[in-house]
Amino acid sequence: MPEFLQFAFSGLTVGAVYALVALGFTPIYNASDVINFAQGEFVMLGGMTTVFLGLAGVPLPLAACLAVVVTVAVGLALHRFAIEPARGASAVALIMITIGASIFLRGAAQVVFDKRFHSLPPWIGGDAIRVGGATILPQSLVVLGGAVVIVVLLWAFIERTLIGKAMVATAANELAARLVGIDTRRIVGLSFAISAAIGAVAGILISPITLTSYDVGTLLALKGFAAAMLGGIGSAVGAVVGGLLLGLLEAFAAGYVSSQYKDAVAFLVILIVLLAIPRGLFGRASVERV
Amino acid sequence: MLSVEDVRSGYGRIEALHGVSINIAAGEIVTLLGANGAGKTTLIRAICGVQPISAGRIRFENRQLEDLPAHARVALGIAQVPEGRQVFAPLSVEDNLKLGAWTRRDANLVAELASIYELFPMLAANRHISAGMLSGGQQQMLAIGRALMAKPRLLLLDEPSMGLAPILVEQILDVVRGLKQAGLTVLLVEQNARAALAIADRGYVVETGRIATSGSAAQLLADDRVQAAYLGV
Repeated sequence: MPEFLQFAFSGLTVGAVYALVALGFTPIYNASDVINFAQGEFVMLGGMTTVFLGLAGVPLPLAACLAVVVTVAVGLALHRFAIEPARGASAVALIMITIGASIFLRGAAQVVFDKRFHSLPPWIGGDAIRVGGATILPQSLVVLGGAVVIVVLLWAFIERTLIGKAMVATAANELAARLVGIDTRRIVGLSFAISAAIGAVAGILISPITLTSYDVGTLLALKGFAAAMLGGIGSAVGAVVGGLLLGLLEAFAAGYVSSQYKDAVAFLVILIVLLAIPRGLFGRASVERV
Repeated sequence: MLSVEDVRSGYGRIEALHGVSINIAAGEIVTLLGANGAGKTTLIRAICGVQPISAGRIRFENRQLEDLPAHARVALGIAQVPEGRQVFAPLSVEDNLKLGAWTRRDANLVAELASIYELFPMLAANRHISAGMLSGGQQQMLAIGRALMAKPRLLLLDEPSMGLAPILVEQILDVVRGLKQAGLTVLLVEQNARAALAIADRGYVVETGRIATSGSAAQLLADDRVQAAYLGV
């Protein structure tokens, strides 16, 4: 039993990481139907910028805030210089642009930062919490809490503000959005800023657990993408549920089958979801009468 | 109020408007008649700025529009009810209306919403339902209501009667007539030429990207060619 509980805890810890990464896909996807494969690089930038500002002597809380600002600036630049010039291209072409951007950002990070692994001290210290013979680190709860806070903020933004609704409107019908006077370019730009901010916060929160280096983005983005697909891409709640489920599946697969197959679980999940429930668990059912 | 001069526009290498000029004076209802593919929708889209033009000038109340993006033209007072209604399907009726007033962020939306609900009571009954669930006629009313929330001075209506039952067509044309009395200027594209000419002051006949003829509604109703081609007499 303690074994089962320990697998569950480590699954929830990893799952919370995936959930945070998966959440970052949501705003851009909702505003433009683009799956941003540079999302993992936003996570990397959040963590690495904090680490290097910290090494330069900036107090860590301030370094974390600056890292979010830097990552948002990168997100806006990605939109302005890579996505916006390709305006009117198909979503698939835009997705390929984001893959290119991800490779570029990884290369740039290698030069600007370095190629080593770095860690951040836990944001909340203290001993591991013991429950029923198993342990969980306080930092895992911070990551989980961060995911919950972001879901609530995103929900409030979409449901309670007119700008959030303009974002939904832009995704639902870009032509009509322009015809009511929405500057859809700025709305999509805003979605990149929000996704970048979520990615940066994710990187800052998870680095004490996962470590960070210039190339952590690739695998994190793939896992986060699998989680987002499982939960239903575009749904914030789905991203969290999908992330936690994926983390638990991986942990149990590693614990009871073999840790060699741990990473295969995510890809198996993508395949099964695409074949069986392409909309995911919480995906938008499109209700439309023509 | 609006003058379109020698506007050319197309899709890729195919030109759809070969130099079209029209004028609309304040307070008028002007209608564009023409067959499918004649270029009526292209012209309306060009006026709104969602269709690029390759030549010509568009002037609205002494301002040149050619270089303004679509959203800036809404702020100047031009609103369009697009063909096929184009409501924001996942959003509620009320959110659709609120977004209609996007360019007027300081406006008192409560009073505005009330006036739209008065015009279209069935929207009030469905205010919390997502727009995608409404019937075609209800969506058309929502699309009109949404455009009116922008407080336009010029309203462009593209095929408002398309696919609607005759009684709804009647109702929508009544609303347009009422809007004119309230001082709104209207450009109406309509396949149902007889209904359009019944409420319009003037009309233009568009044929293969050119203005074929124009005149007062009475003149067009009496025109032999218009009768043969569009009124089925």
